[in-house]
Amino acid sequence: MTAGQPPQAPAGAGDADSDAAEGRVYTVSGEDWDELIAAANEARDFESGERLVINMGPQHPSTHGVLRLVLTLEGETVSEVRAAIGYLHTGIEKNMEYRTWTQGVTFCTRMDYLSPFFNETAYCLAVERLLGIEDKIPERAQIIRVLLMEFNRAASHLAGIGPMGFELGATTIFLQALRLRERILDLFELITGLRMNHAYIRPGGVVQDLPPGALEAIRTFLDGAPGLVHELRTLIDANTIFIGRTRGVAYLDLEGCMALGVTGPMLRSAGLPWDLRKSQPYCGYETYDFEVPVNDMCDAYGRYLVRIGEIEESLKIVRQCADRLAARGPAGSDNDPVMIRDAKIGWPARLSLGPDGLGPSPEHIAHIMGQSMEALIHHFKLITEGFRVPAGQAYGVVESPRGELAAHVVSDGGTRPYRVHFRDPSFTNLQTIAAICEGGQVADLIPAIASIDPVMGGVDR
Amino acid sequence: MSGPQDGHPAGSEETHGSQAPQGPVPPAGQAQTGQAQTGQAQTGQAQTGEAQTGEDEANLPARLGQERLAEPVIRTGMFGVQDTPDTSGFGLLRVHQVPGIGSLRPYGSYFDAIADALSAGLEAAGVRFSDAIERVVVDRGELTFHVRRERLPEVATEFRDDPALRFELCSGVSGVHYLDDTGRELHAVYHLLSITHNRRVRLEVSTPDADRHIPSLVGVYPTCNWHERETWDFFGIIFDGHPALTRIEMPDDWKGHPQRKDYPLGGIPVEYRGAKIPAPDERRHYS
Repeated sequence: MTAGQPPQAPAGAGDADSDAAEGRVYTVSGEDWDELIAAANEARDFESGERLVINMGPQHPSTHGVLRLVLTLEGETVSEVRAAIGYLHTGIEKNMEYRTWTQGVTFCTRMDYLSPFFNETAYCLAVERLLGIEDKIPERAQIIRVLLMEFNRAASHLAGIGPMGFELGATTIFLQALRLRERILDLFELITGLRMNHAYIRPGGVVQDLPPGALEAIRTFLDGAPGLVHELRTLIDANTIFIGRTRGVAYLDLEGCMALGVTGPMLRSAGLPWDLRKSQPYCGYETYDFEVPVNDMCDAYGRYLVRIGEIEESLKIVRQCADRLAARGPAGSDNDPVMIRDAKIGWPARLSLGPDGLGPSPEHIAHIMGQSMEALIHHFKLITEGFRVPAGQAYGVVESPRGELAAHVVSDGGTRPYRVHFRDPSFTNLQTIAAICEGGQVADLIPAIASIDPVMGGVDR
Repeated sequence: MSGPQDGHPAGSEETHGSQAPQGPVPPAGQAQTGQAQTGQAQTGQAQTGEAQTGEDEANLPARLGQERLAEPVIRTGMFGVQDTPDTSGFGLLRVHQVPGIGSLRPYGSYFDAIADALSAGLEAAGVRFSDAIERVVVDRGELTFHVRRERLPEVATEFRDDPALRFELCSGVSGVHYLDDTGRELHAVYHLLSITHNRRVRLEVSTPDADRHIPSLVGVYPTCNWHERETWDFFGIIFDGHPALTRIEMPDDWKGHPQRKDYPLGGIPVEYRGAKIPAPDERRHYS
């Protein structure tokens, strides 16, 4: 960390850097705070009321990842905040241009690591629109997508609310939220094999059907989960300390939200009930019964209320999905596929769990190796070469836990994407950090960042 | 990861630039609009046979797959072979297309209403529609206005303020680098959303690589601030009028713009015992 005393605030400091700061620079790392305080006292920084420029992050426990904030402080008041991002940039968009359309899912699921199913769905919706197969996706696949997305929304919000409580000093909130989230991740592991980075939703459907026992596990979870969410509400909703730290903090009204392109819970806590699941439904959301929580508090507390309300609504949707799946009969039926019935696009093999892990089913292996040369060629071509997507561009949008997540996908007619761009809501929402923090206290920064709920994997991609 | 290098990366990219045609080619499956492919017939690359000799082709009835035959086919680079034409029998593996001929009215859906409102609004502001909009493309249920770059702020303001349009929310900027589209290599793509009318529209602006300037939209949609920095960072498009156009994802002293097509992916081979898998951009690929 560095601290200095520039004669004036850094001008045009979109990425204000302490290198550019004039005045005295202290380098602090580890436990030598005493030295800093002594040196600062010696220089009479605080007494003379000079500005103090402080680097918060990129390694800081309450910046939710590798977010670096350059703060200009006047005493306890934050007079300027500049966010520096890019510490987690991994070139996912560029990498996707060198993989097949199907392999792209494996990359984009890693962007916003708290909501992987939304990344996958946004990308797949765009690819399916390019292929012109939007109305040919099997209904069972759409139900499974919705089920996983809503579970994921709940898990993501729990990972937003829990740490927010933790940063405000409430360990119980953190543990309760994370415990509940852990149980959702267990269900993800049961269904997809992984707790995160699933690559489960693919262009044309989902990679495989629910395993035996998944519906029962979901029902068992749903029997207990609403009670746990209610318990969480009783811990937080009327908590004097929580309200004191969040009410009126990080205020951003509707006008500010619109100008800065804010979507998601931040927008809904400013009074606008804009939810793409209602306004521009995809994956069959128009057939589910749920409410969109909304309030007009415009502050960190309002955003919390929207999120916890969405958890409750998500669990309702999950229950409807589970009922629909149960009504459709057993998993793995040929009459009820989870992947498009188009041999040129759908994954050729049905997967099954063998002694050495997940792989093509023994029947499929027997078919391609022993019965049909054409099937073998087809399998080989589709898996190594991939399928071709007609040239053009498409925009796939979903309502992720953080707002409008969109994939702008461009094809040149080849087997690999020509360009994929993700409009990640964390990236856009994080722009508001200066608007909601400047003029406030240093301590208010923490709930402010937590109320934006940025995920740096999504911001930097 | 390797840094930027001069010139082209290894692979077949180099050949595409020299062999692809300059003009736009209608995408396969798109409705024929009359000015179809006669201009594109002599590609020289495809063994297209008798289907497209001479101008009177326009009078012949449409034949299934005809437009695909007219498309230029790049056949080098198969299986990593750089210098020989493909004799594998795959054929038609690389159909390189630059998206985009214009669509004709009626556009369908709410698209006509948007075009009418935009046209009326621009006329009222003293800008002719054709001066501001190069062409309108309706594809896959999405509406795209190709905007001339010098008119972008006026058009965006119109989209934001006109009561019949009212696109309050901008979803940011996405860059695309069309290496073969000479004179219009770099595209900036804006997606606008109208919450009032529940509509979406896409604005696309192109700029030549030699003079890669586009007016900034930060004054119209402040949310474009970081998005334009990102597009500058990744593509090198300079957004004139941006308050602080600096790199945002890459380090400040980075050279080059990584998302451009002439910028290599980089990477190192993955070594296994007894085997070596090449870096991702040098692996065998099929398109």
